[in-house]
Amino acid sequence: MKKEMIQFDRVFFRYDENSPYALKDVSFSVYEGEWLAIVGHNGSGKSTIAKLMNGLLFPEKGSIRIKGLPLTEETIWDIRDIVGMVFQNPDNQFVGTTVQDDVAFGLENHGIPREEMINRVMDSLKKVKMEGFLDQEPHHLSGGQKQRVAIAGVLALRTDVIILDEATSMLDPRGRTEVLETVREIKNKENVTIISITHDLEEAVKADRLIVMNEGQVFTIGTPDEIFSLEDQLIQLGLDIPFTLKLVKMLKNYGCEVPSDMLQEDELVDYIWKLAQEI
Amino acid sequence: MEISTRNLEFKYHVNTPFERLALYDINVTIPPNSYTAIIGHTGSGKSTLLQHLNGLLQPTVGEVHIGDVTIKAGIKEKNLRPVRKKVGIVFQFPEHQLFEETVEKDICFGPLNFGTPLEKARKKAKKAAQQVGLSEDLMDKSPFELSGGQMRRVAIAGVLAMEPEVLVLDEPTAGLDPRGRMEIMEMFANLQREQKISVVLVTHSMEDASKYADHIIVMHKGTVYKKGTPKDIFSSPKELIELGLDVPESIRFQLKLEEKLQQSIGKVTLSIDELARQISVYLKRGSTSQ
Repeated sequence: MKKEMIQFDRVFFRYDENSPYALKDVSFSVYEGEWLAIVGHNGSGKSTIAKLMNGLLFPEKGSIRIKGLPLTEETIWDIRDIVGMVFQNPDNQFVGTTVQDDVAFGLENHGIPREEMINRVMDSLKKVKMEGFLDQEPHHLSGGQKQRVAIAGVLALRTDVIILDEATSMLDPRGRTEVLETVREIKNKENVTIISITHDLEEAVKADRLIVMNEGQVFTIGTPDEIFSLEDQLIQLGLDIPFTLKLVKMLKNYGCEVPSDMLQEDELVDYIWKLAQEI
Repeated sequence: MEISTRNLEFKYHVNTPFERLALYDINVTIPPNSYTAIIGHTGSGKSTLLQHLNGLLQPTVGEVHIGDVTIKAGIKEKNLRPVRKKVGIVFQFPEHQLFEETVEKDICFGPLNFGTPLEKARKKAKKAAQQVGLSEDLMDKSPFELSGGQMRRVAIAGVLAMEPEVLVLDEPTAGLDPRGRMEIMEMFANLQREQKISVVLVTHSMEDASKYADHIIVMHKGTVYKKGTPKDIFSSPKELIELGLDVPESIRFQLKLEEKLQQSIGKVTLSIDELARQISVYLKRGSTSQ
């Protein structure tokens, strides 16, 4: 049985009483060790979900449980030990004057003893491959490097869950790849649960499961194969389909026999290679 | 209106210990009614170059011609207002610069600032709002009540309302959802065609650069590495990859496939459709080795 890390049960939320609900009757579970991507148009409620997950906001109705713990004003500090968050803008999340100070900041807040702190800072900076930058000033780093330091800050807290709230959207393609590869390695080694809120479909394709949000509601939940087979429905929701799937469709138009569920680029390359061998 | 640079060089913090050469030997021309994309990775000088296009920065060597105004190194150009009106820049995340109480006031701010009477400014605001696809009932709302995508549109409308002849865009779709991204890119392309303006697009998206631009300027380490049509630029994709740049998805896939097949499937393709056709032709005629 998969262990539930996070549970949303019929959650309603609005930013103030006069505005429409940003989330309407949202229920889903996040399981231990999975990579869950949340996609949806701007304003569909994705970021609101992220903020509810670590107690930056509280639901108006419904309940949220993190590792079995109900989310309330009283439990938010325990919950923030479980759920760490990396935000969109790399420049808005630095507090320390050097890379190591910045990673240590969260630990100080959690009252970790100094010896332990030094170990954890080094350990987590190694994991994001930034151990060569200990005394650098954050503003000398590239966007991708800054986001990796932000991830190290979360890793140092040893949280079970890391939420990436559009954490790569302000980065250039190289920075984006850097950050995602780092997170993927960490997830595989440490069994961390990753929740990634993203517009990047190529990233979503690599997730274990996807939640599609639409106008504050869960539109559907499934594996990338299941979700992207919805094709036109996704486009109607303001989303798109990944490159590989577009290519598969086009190949069919030109009379090539390609299975429709081919989502990963490498799979398609291998498939075409096989076709070529058969000629 | 044409913009061109001659031997442009720019140094930050001249004559201080922090002096840094950001741009050198830049000779580019942005012809009237053209669509130019500037690509290059972070730190290549794209944004510094962009700020020379309306005189926000002044070259430390060389000159910039903006229509009939010349900005020369070492000579302080006093009257840059006409230039700023003719060349509109949409900076990254422009919604961070919204500040007025209502959407309409925010869009009117530019024209009013350039001396347009209120009634006329409001007309221009209305037209600009239509162009970016904002519905009229939003005009009296606070821009801060809008979604991220709508705020972006308000900020862009504020630049369009000044009716620039050259529109400079720095990553205009970053952070938007796929539909928003496509709508905004299509809007700029239509504006460029219909209003006969020029668009200069600074982007990391090689898809957008190859799809929309007539010319591409590749920046690398503070200077122009290469310039040409999308076909010229992307015909040697490996060169771009070595510079740390991306190539359009169709080309990336083609390279991967050719590596696996150990042979070429034909010329470099710039769209998914072209790529699919080429693959199907390749499969039908059989690999050339047989």
